[in-house]
Amino acid sequence: MEAPVALTVGIVFGAGVYLVLQRNLLRFVFGLILISGAVNVSIFVAGRLTRGASPFVPEGAVAPPAGSANALPQALILTAIVIGFGLTVFAIVLLLRTYERLGTVRTDELPERLDDPRPVDRNGDAPAGAPRPRPMPQGGTVPRTGPSGTDARDDGEGAP
Amino acid sequence: MSWLVIAPILLPLAASAVAFVLHRRPALQRGWALATTAATLAASLALLAEVSRGGIVATTLGGWPAPFGITFVADHLSAILVVVGAVMALATAAYALADVDAGREGLGYHPLFLVLVAGVHGAFLTGDLFNLYVWFEVLLIASFALLTLGSGRAQLEGGVKYVAVNLVSSLFFLAAIGLTYGLTGTLNMADLAGALRDAPPNLVTLLAMLFLVAFGIKAAIFPLFFWLPASYHTPPTAVAAYFAGMLTKVGVYALLRAFTLLFTGDVAWTHGVLAVLAGFTMVVGVLGAAAQNEMRRILAFHIVSQIGYMILGLALYTPLALAGALFYLVHNVVAKANLFFVAGLVRRVAGSSDLDAVGGLYRHRPWLAIGFLVPAFALAGFPPLSGFWAKLLVVLAGLEAGAWLLVVLALGTGLLTLYSMTKIWQRAFWAPAPEGLELRRDAPAAMVVPVAALAGVTILMGVAVEPFLALAQAAAAEMMDPARYVAAVLGEGGTP
Repeated sequence: MEAPVALTVGIVFGAGVYLVLQRNLLRFVFGLILISGAVNVSIFVAGRLTRGASPFVPEGAVAPPAGSANALPQALILTAIVIGFGLTVFAIVLLLRTYERLGTVRTDELPERLDDPRPVDRNGDAPAGAPRPRPMPQGGTVPRTGPSGTDARDDGEGAP
Repeated sequence: MSWLVIAPILLPLAASAVAFVLHRRPALQRGWALATTAATLAASLALLAEVSRGGIVATTLGGWPAPFGITFVADHLSAILVVVGAVMALATAAYALADVDAGREGLGYHPLFLVLVAGVHGAFLTGDLFNLYVWFEVLLIASFALLTLGSGRAQLEGGVKYVAVNLVSSLFFLAAIGLTYGLTGTLNMADLAGALRDAPPNLVTLLAMLFLVAFGIKAAIFPLFFWLPASYHTPPTAVAAYFAGMLTKVGVYALLRAFTLLFTGDVAWTHGVLAVLAGFTMVVGVLGAAAQNEMRRILAFHIVSQIGYMILGLALYTPLALAGALFYLVHNVVAKANLFFVAGLVRRVAGSSDLDAVGGLYRHRPWLAIGFLVPAFALAGFPPLSGFWAKLLVVLAGLEAGAWLLVVLALGTGLLTLYSMTKIWQRAFWAPAPEGLELRRDAPAAMVVPVAALAGVTILMGVAVEPFLALAQAAAAEMMDPARYVAAVLGEGGTP
């Protein structure tokens, strides 16, 4: 029973690695999601697969009967899923914000956009990386652009 | 159970919840963060005193005995690092009073910082591999938010790299945990120490390499360090200084723990790999720094280079080398964070930390120059400052072990470190100020006091080296004898 699941983990992991190696950050995030799924399943398999025996403790006993499923990996995976969910959401929001402020989600284009004061509006239908024909007023079409002085390139000390 | 072990985690964690509630009262929030970090420092000092008096302290949560419950363990290594973490947290909280702007405060800088501190301390104190993963994620998510808080362009560009690489590292760590569990059926570190000894050695070495990649990314060792110089110069100085001081050191701690407690079965191979990586890390980091021209970028590359010395100490794996690695770690946290603080002051006073744009600071701000000189010379290894003893210990251990090549690399790296530091010194402080440079504002006291205090620690560690060295040696003795750790967690010697 373990072998086909392990094979599946390998395939999903491989697909995830392929996506992670892409230059498009959205694909990168999809790759992360795939890998984190594969890792979770591998933890599940690591606890050994047992069919049909729930790890319930019978009344009066102090331990589940022999041969019942291992409950610990499920607790671990549950924790890992919750954490992975939070991190994935953060990564997606970061990606969205990066697209809003820098106008691209391609890793090789990010550095050159640093000095390029060309904000992209949220509903813009131009593809990532396409040149923007009209310069927009700073902060005009980008909602909630951080607190203060955030348009400077080095805004470590962005005190107003 | 002993509350003292988890106090350095609980205090900042609980305080961050209160700080969230206070988000409309920034003045109160600042004072609260300062008070909390001070209390955390007091608690961690008490913990260190307890550990040096009565040996390793262990406690399990929820009343489940180890290895079933989640264990928290404070040995010398953990307790020392928690004290260092608390000192840095206090210094950063003070520095942030003047450095973090109102906008970032409104977005929750203080609560996030306290969560970060709790995560770092949790990672140092936990005795359970999966719990270590959880604390890593706690500190990661807080650091993600702190790094990108305010959404400056440069911050986002650096943040994307930092987040992406660290997420991959977490997945490696999680996969390694899953395979470890499959192999041994336990995740309690003390229990694992025994279980891994009985497991097939080739599989254990495979796991060791997986953990090496996962922790190596966090610790920024060669060839996994590229995210660090790409992101650490972007956030506000207070954030960057704490990151520079503590976050990579959490990875170094995890390596120290894993390769002294868990993976000691095939030292010739695992620690041989570490030695090669240490050599490359030292040299590549310092060469990267030599090519940079902005203070914070230079310092970021030096973080990488100095991680190499710590890994070198671990790779040599003798009591003297481990003591040297730990001493180096403590010295480096203090000196490195202080240099970031100084770089922030230079930005504040001169408006930039680009070496082409500043100059003449020695003439106009002599105290700032001295504040830079102390940690910079410590970093380069000048006697009688802390860095001299740190380098001396590691080099002595290297000579003892006959690792000539690594000793030569370590000394050469020290010279090149000196080159970088003199470059900053000469161009920012000695060279005449460039045309049109106006020294705008005076340095606020909240930013000067942490710099002076940390410089004091650096001098103290160099002049009164005895007690610090004794602590480092006690920690090294515990690391070389994992049986004591195991007995404290699993034996009767655990909780009172």
